Amino acid sequence: MEEQLTKKQIRFWSTSYFVILFFLIAGFVLATSQISYSWRWSVVPTYFFSQETIEVKSEIEGEVLSVEPAGKNTRIVIRGDDGNRESYEAPTEEILAAEGDLIFPGDTLATYQEWRPGLLLLGLMMTIKVSIYAIIIGILLGIIGGIGRISANPAARWFAYTYVELIRGTPLLVQIFIWYYIGSTLVNQLFSQYGGFEIPALWYGVIALAIFTGAYVTEIVRSGLQSINLGQTEAARSLGMTHFQSLRYIIMPQAMRRILPPLAGQFISLIKDSSLLGIIAIRELTKATREAVTTSFASFELFFTCAALYLVLTFTLSLFVQYLEKRMGTS
Amino acid sequence: MIDVQNVHKIFYAPHEIKALTDVTVTIDAGEVVVVIGPSGSGKSTFLRCLNHLETADHGRILIEGVDILDHSTNIDEIRAEVGMVFQSFNLFPHKTVKENVSLAQRVVRKRSTQEAKQRTETLLAKVGIEEKANVYPDQLSGGQQQRVAIARALAMDPKIMLFDEPTSALDPEMIGEVLDVMKTLAREGMTMVVVTHEMGFAREVADRVIFMDAGRIVEIGTPEHFFTDPSHDRTKIFLSQIL
Repeated sequence: MEEQLTKKQIRFWSTSYFVILFFLIAGFVLATSQISYSWRWSVVPTYFFSQETIEVKSEIEGEVLSVEPAGKNTRIVIRGDDGNRESYEAPTEEILAAEGDLIFPGDTLATYQEWRPGLLLLGLMMTIKVSIYAIIIGILLGIIGGIGRISANPAARWFAYTYVELIRGTPLLVQIFIWYYIGSTLVNQLFSQYGGFEIPALWYGVIALAIFTGAYVTEIVRSGLQSINLGQTEAARSLGMTHFQSLRYIIMPQAMRRILPPLAGQFISLIKDSSLLGIIAIRELTKATREAVTTSFASFELFFTCAALYLVLTFTLSLFVQYLEKRMGTS
Repeated sequence: MIDVQNVHKIFYAPHEIKALTDVTVTIDAGEVVVVIGPSGSGKSTFLRCLNHLETADHGRILIEGVDILDHSTNIDEIRAEVGMVFQSFNLFPHKTVKENVSLAQRVVRKRSTQEAKQRTETLLAKVGIEEKANVYPDQLSGGQQQRVAIARALAMDPKIMLFDEPTSALDPEMIGEVLDVMKTLAREGMTMVVVTHEMGFAREVADRVIFMDAGRIVEIGTPEHFFTDPSHDRTKIFLSQIL
């Protein structure tokens, strides 16, 4: 029996929500204004994009032979004292060299401005990249594991069960260390005889996250598959479909709809868990934020921004899954 | 066509039940056999053993001479030849009526989209439901769903059709439309094994009636014999209870 509220009560409580929220935020702002902390929000954008001045310098000693436009750039040719020629190109913004100038090594010939992605933006991209890879591999592992969990084959069942219990029962942080330190040592030693082959840290991070997520997805897939009425399998098999075909065409599509909401929760966790990868030198969003803090000391602003960025990622994912659910619901 | 020899089946969960004991029967091509009996008598288990949805413990089950209990038999090939209609329809809820009927044609029979489409249209017309081709099963009445389920099974061009209490989950006013489709099939010479409580159907359509009780076949006979002069007391008691 659902609780019934009158229209008046509903109006009262929905207004209350906004009033309370307002006071919470106001209280927080007031509290931060009481501490001696100089807010410098202006530094935050520079960690997304920063403009750098690039100086084009001569490497030789000589005389400027020509300064000519070359498309959008300008080409500066210098004839060295020993007769060698060297040419430099720079965007036509500020050209300091002129024909006939005497040039010494290290002299600035031209300068121009260039936009560079900042630490936070790079970190954000890395977090997105790691998460997408880990989600894709995690889904694959989870589908295989989930089917294994309910397989008639005892080896498949026990392997899937061992996988789930092993991974769910140990901390992700420890798993990351194991994959990174033990995994990379193994790979290095195994491949050292074939000429120093090295896997970037990124992949150890992706693997650790994917395997961790895969264990949870396995359980989600298993419960989704089990929630589909046995009659569906029987109908599919009675038509002559193989076990695989009935999973592929009949059971999986139906299970997917029930799996989606818990799956979204799992992937939101994964995005947040990717913040642990900083410890194995992957410069994802959290590590990038910490680095930015050490150079700017704007720790409050940067960590708030960092949190907001995670929120944007997770909320986008959440909306996307809601959209998928709605689309599958109507069909 | 169907040759069942000394089949036994025991269920162990939730407790041990002898579902089938020494069941032996031969069903010829084009024959319509109705299986009746009290609930728990093993009639559904018998039916489900015929397309290996249940595995018989002992005995032999030959479908067109092929032993389906032999491990070297490709059961998927046999099942494509043996259509089955369930009490609870078991239509695929995520597929439209049309897709329900055409899916296995393409996946199992490897028919082209065009071929499957034509066969689907023909069959939906046959079961009188062509105007619902594009709707989802949950928008259909029980009777309509069951007719789609029959069309789905027929789409494989099976040689045998198994019906597991096809009208038991239906509202009374919809039973007729499903039975009519089954009668048409019987007239066309389809080999049918039907588990049902519809005694009218058994009397009118069946070539033979099998009466089962406690996992055994008690007697097999023509409908006349069965309804007018049954040999066993157990049959008489059952008939007196339901008629």
